[in-house]
Amino acid sequence: MRLNKILKNTLLVLTACLVLSACATKKEVATDIQGQMQGDVYTGTDTVEYLADGVPDRVFFATNESILTTASRETLRAQAAWLRKNSGINVVLEGHADERGTREYNLALGERRANAAKDYLMTYGISSDRITVLSYGKERPVDSGSNPLAWSKNRRSVTVKAN
Amino acid sequence: MTMFKKILSLLFVLVPLNAHALIEVDITRGNLNPLPLAVSPLSIDENSRKSFEKILNKNNIGSEISNIVENNLRTSGLFNPLDNKAFLQAPDIANLKPRFEDWKLIKAQALITGKVNLIDEKLRVEFRLWDILAAKEMMALAFTTVPNNWRRVGHIISDKVYERLTGEKGYFDTRIIYVSEEGPKTKRIKKLAIMDQDGANNKFLTLGNELVLTPRFNPASQMVTYLSYFKNMPRVYLLDIETGTQEVVGDFPGMTFAPRFSPDGKKIIMSFAKDGKSDIYTMDLENRIVEKITNHPSIDTSPSYSPDGKYITFNSDRSGYQQIYVMKNDGSDVKRISFGNGLYGTPVWSPRGDLIAFTKLHKGKFYIGVMRTDGSGERLLTENYYQEAPSWSPNGRVLIFYRETKTNAKGEGFTAKLWSIDLTGYNERQIKTPTDASDPSWSSLLSN
Repeated sequence: MRLNKILKNTLLVLTACLVLSACATKKEVATDIQGQMQGDVYTGTDTVEYLADGVPDRVFFATNESILTTASRETLRAQAAWLRKNSGINVVLEGHADERGTREYNLALGERRANAAKDYLMTYGISSDRITVLSYGKERPVDSGSNPLAWSKNRRSVTVKAN
Repeated sequence: MTMFKKILSLLFVLVPLNAHALIEVDITRGNLNPLPLAVSPLSIDENSRKSFEKILNKNNIGSEISNIVENNLRTSGLFNPLDNKAFLQAPDIANLKPRFEDWKLIKAQALITGKVNLIDEKLRVEFRLWDILAAKEMMALAFTTVPNNWRRVGHIISDKVYERLTGEKGYFDTRIIYVSEEGPKTKRIKKLAIMDQDGANNKFLTLGNELVLTPRFNPASQMVTYLSYFKNMPRVYLLDIETGTQEVVGDFPGMTFAPRFSPDGKKIIMSFAKDGKSDIYTMDLENRIVEKITNHPSIDTSPSYSPDGKYITFNSDRSGYQQIYVMKNDGSDVKRISFGNGLYGTPVWSPRGDLIAFTKLHKGKFYIGVMRTDGSGERLLTENYYQEAPSWSPNGRVLIFYRETKTNAKGEGFTAKLWSIDLTGYNERQIKTPTDASDPSWSSLLSN
């Protein structure tokens, strides 16, 4: 299932490359990656899982940043609505950083990112008692690649059901 | 620590140290001209040889110990041990009285000789350091220990020779604690591991069931502090590596990380993260009193004490980006000291007090460097795609750190290894570990 998705994406990228190959320059390859990134924030859905229909489990961040983008706020509002409906569910917000930083600073940065998500959930009525924050720094990347797209997928806060 | 001290007692000094020898190795200039010296195998009588063979399963323990000495001195980059096939004099005779002209002939400037025997089931070793050009003895020492400590005997001889020839303490009778790594990046298994400074006697201290990071030695004992994700709660722990007992440090309602000991070993300094900000705290290990040292909405982390305990260097993004700061140990007088291009992290104060080592990120590269404690004199020692976490040798002359390199040109696989580099920027070497490795921390000298 997952593999299928990866293969399909690879094919899409390959097709895109072929179409572009006539006048392939570095610029166009960059545009292709940017299909999944805005600035350096990941906007794709490759790694995203769903807490419920229409409720994505994660938000993404720019390098060294913990500011929520418009898309992230939309995701978190959907999570807040889902949490209000399911008042028995508690969550862990897992904050992550990419590999291009020092380990200890990245632990703090992951904590800061997860807290940005937590603060937003709280402003939409979710009690802090239901939210635990856990930073993994750069220890648990979702994409093991060493390129800007992989790093953008790894700079994230993921909302995980705790019970 | 106490165990080692008990087992290993220096028995007597045969001859007082000679204060005005001719050979001197200048260790501030790098390794451009390593001193040629000869390490004659420690001589051993046939009875002792056979007994050691039974106990230690080594054919000739004298040569084994000499090999350790030779290897240590070579890897320091300051010495060039000569090929022992060229030696003209038999080890036992050389130890009594070297024929200096023979050793001069092969261009040795110093000679190490010695002898080892088994006395009352103990290993007794004596060794001498000779100045070939001046044709005289520079040092002679003897000591006794349990046979199982034979590798340490080699390290102690190396330390004594290093100290006699350079005027500074050695760093060979030491250990490295580090994080052993295995598996794919997305599911990396990490374990605490410990080994001798030369990579021997590797031992795993945890099983890999939980994520562990950043182990650091207590400079005053064989205690270690580290970060463990035990029960998915990242907390700073204290581990006694001799008894295996461990405990959580403090009672914090959230993640504690980036721990280090104070120079006297009585406090742990670390970060505590809460509500998106990380501040620096200390905990006294005797009375358990916790003190908050920084109070700022930024990330304050990676604290490290000056060797006199009066100052703390740390990493903060209060200016907007990661930079290095210095403050008094009570948190007052905070001063930024890094002003070069790029980001600066992982500051760690030299045991000599004069320098701060750091990791720098600039234009997609990682550098290990040093600067003076006021931020002046920044010097980058090594550049790579990814490397970090320098830790000082106890004499402040060598840095150990870890580096990830790609295993193919497409940048797909990777391998993480420990490396050491001389403060001069010369003599970069990989330290062999059975698995991938990161986050090294260098112990103090086990014997003093």
